[in-house]
Amino acid sequence: MELGYLFTTILKMALLVAWIYGLLWGLNKKEIWKKALTILLAFGVIQGAFLLQFGDYAVFSAFDQGLLYQAVTMAMVAMGLNLIYGFNGQFSLAQWGFYGIGAYCAADITYRWTNGDASGLFVLGIGVVLAALALIGVGRLLRLKRGIPVLSAFTFYLVAIIIVGFVAVFVGKELAAAVDPGFGGRGAPGALASPAAVQIVFFLSVLIAGAFAAEVSFLFGLPVLTLGSDYFGIATLGFAIVVQTMMVNSDTILPFPEMKGGRGMIGIPKLTSWIAAFAFLLMVVVIVRNFIRSSTGRATMSVREDEIAAKAMGINVAGSKLMAFVLGSFVAGIGGGVYAHYIGFLSPSTFSFLAGFNPLIIVVFGGLGSMTGSIAASFVWIFFLEGFLRVLLAQMGTDAPTWRFVLYPITLLLLMLIRPQGLMGSVEWGFLRADRIIRRLKGNDAAQKGQA
Amino acid sequence: MPEKSDLPAAMSGISRRRRPPLAWVGNGFLIIVAVLAAYVLVSNLAKNPIEFLQNVLDGLKLGCVYALIALGYTMVYGIVKLINFAHGDVFMVGAFTSFYAVSQFNLHQWPQMLFPAIPAGISLVVGSFTVILLSMVVCTLLAITIERVAYKPLRDAPRIAALITAIGVSFFLEFFGALQFVFSPRFIPYKSPFDTTAWYIQGGIHPIVSGQSSPDNTISFSNIFLIILVASVLVQLFLQFLVRRTKIGVAMRAASFDKPTARLMGINVDRVISFTFAIGAAFAGLGGVLYAIAYASIWTQLGILPGLKAFVAAVLGGIGSLPGAFVGALIMGQAESLTMSYISTPMRDAVAFTILIIVLLVKPTGIFGEPAGEKA
Repeated sequence: MELGYLFTTILKMALLVAWIYGLLWGLNKKEIWKKALTILLAFGVIQGAFLLQFGDYAVFSAFDQGLLYQAVTMAMVAMGLNLIYGFNGQFSLAQWGFYGIGAYCAADITYRWTNGDASGLFVLGIGVVLAALALIGVGRLLRLKRGIPVLSAFTFYLVAIIIVGFVAVFVGKELAAAVDPGFGGRGAPGALASPAAVQIVFFLSVLIAGAFAAEVSFLFGLPVLTLGSDYFGIATLGFAIVVQTMMVNSDTILPFPEMKGGRGMIGIPKLTSWIAAFAFLLMVVVIVRNFIRSSTGRATMSVREDEIAAKAMGINVAGSKLMAFVLGSFVAGIGGGVYAHYIGFLSPSTFSFLAGFNPLIIVVFGGLGSMTGSIAASFVWIFFLEGFLRVLLAQMGTDAPTWRFVLYPITLLLLMLIRPQGLMGSVEWGFLRADRIIRRLKGNDAAQKGQA
Repeated sequence: MPEKSDLPAAMSGISRRRRPPLAWVGNGFLIIVAVLAAYVLVSNLAKNPIEFLQNVLDGLKLGCVYALIALGYTMVYGIVKLINFAHGDVFMVGAFTSFYAVSQFNLHQWPQMLFPAIPAGISLVVGSFTVILLSMVVCTLLAITIERVAYKPLRDAPRIAALITAIGVSFFLEFFGALQFVFSPRFIPYKSPFDTTAWYIQGGIHPIVSGQSSPDNTISFSNIFLIILVASVLVQLFLQFLVRRTKIGVAMRAASFDKPTARLMGINVDRVISFTFAIGAAFAGLGGVLYAIAYASIWTQLGILPGLKAFVAAVLGGIGSLPGAFVGALIMGQAESLTMSYISTPMRDAVAFTILIIVLLVKPTGIFGEPAGEKA
């Protein structure tokens, strides 16, 4: 039984990796209709596999579907981390914290909405938009004077955010009270409680969660990114711990009784469907890929290679670090939103900093600086560890969950000893590959090096 | 030539260090935070000075344990620039070793079992020392093994590889220890080699009868508190002596300063690194035993948070500096204890990390850190 299960798991992992390859390959086509066709096919293949059933044996059982959603969210988180760590060289352990922030934020919005309370959406939505405007405005103002110390800049941003926060809470609550009748009464749901409205709110909530995580990461990253590599790592680890502490005390220190603190938030509507997960994954892939291939993205990579040389070339080092960090956190927040609505239950223990090492390990497994590697490693990781090992070890007695964590550090150690650059190195597939001209330049460079 | 006439003005513009604009805003922010913290502390000191003093003593106890762990972090980081995440778990192994030595083998009573004529007091002291020494030796061997197996092959690999390996080793120790036939995943009540006795001060020092609490409004302290205090000070002095006055200490400083050159000077850098790991682990083992005696409950993830706090303490004090690690650990202990008493218990980690971030922003090398150059 185990052998058969292992075989099918490996087959599924191989097929999924092939699926990723196909998706990225098709997206790289020039013609827009080919891209559209690829997206449709990629979506359809998995959706079809959900329906496929041979007698008793479902190809994608409910368990496997859950794994798939987990893999998608993990892929987003890992891509964000790869952007921060792989492409920009900032060793961050806060990614899991932003993931958690996104999850709780999105869950709170839809939870309140489905319970006939629009305040979550309005307060957070208005807050996120106003905060973005405030951050941009303060940034513009601060740019008038050069050489402002980072702590002063942080103080300005903080004051602006606090003011905006109060405004958002006030306006949002008023607005929410105004639309309250739209939910209808018991037994007679109004227009706002209809499934279509809930779906729209779900999509909005995930986006807001991403933006919220991004804004938090901006405020946190601004002072902390100046600390330098290892210190930054420790500060981000501290951030992850503090976020989890806040989750545990969300009903006592923070004013959110519906999150229920350490007992975990229940009753989140399970709205994540394959189309939502796929759409957000696609969105994240496109955003990250376009960022990396933009001039800002190239500046980001140059900061990783040599900070001083980048500065000498006129690159805004602090700015590009912050940019990568904020974008990476945005992606993590979106992943969190998708995860929260798949699982329907959020517990602070999911977001403990120990679990936060998982995306880091995935990124390293896949290869630093390889987005393809991050995506593929996330799928393989989830299907192997969460799927196969968990099922296999569950049959072997009480120690089983622990054995999982005994085996995987050993795998990790072996990988580090044998192939420290990760399974994929810096190989990219199709859509994520650099432009042909850059590849040719790289080739010339290598050739010259070879001659010299 | 116009350039010449411009030059002095330009140069004076460069040499006259202009204060950065709007620096007062950030400083003001820091001052407001500091004033708020001072207000909380002073108002509580005025309200109940004895309770405040008791909290300070508790913080001192915690800080001294952190100091024992932080020494290992700071020395290892000073030489190989590696955050040795497994250090906290070595600390945990130290606690468990002493637990098994005491509860299974009654090692703390061996003098009396072998020579019944020995007075009980001396037997207990000698036995407890043996338990502590055993833990230190086990931790040392463990650390040397870890260093040889996991870190040494990666010395020339990118730093992240070593860091990930360290995380992997840490996970391995935690979860291998959590297996049923190793340490088991439960919280285990710790059996101390000697009884903890506490005293309270009220116009003199009175012992607290076990099972009773000290009277209100008195300061109490225990023998384990004194032992931790003395041990961490002694270890600090010993390491200062080791690093400043002995040959291996000179080699350690040389290796942390410049490894290739140290190698050229005939220093066996690999051996120095192993020695550094070993000595750090020995004191982590000592810290583990004392921590377990003081807090009386152990489990396999015991080492994570103290390890992390100790690393933060080392960074706070200036990584690579021994007195820095000690001072940083004391600050962390106080911050934790006072936050628990006067702000709120769950916020203690937040406060600890906020202090770290603020200190690093104001002085990026930590309190005792020197910009570059002398490291010890």
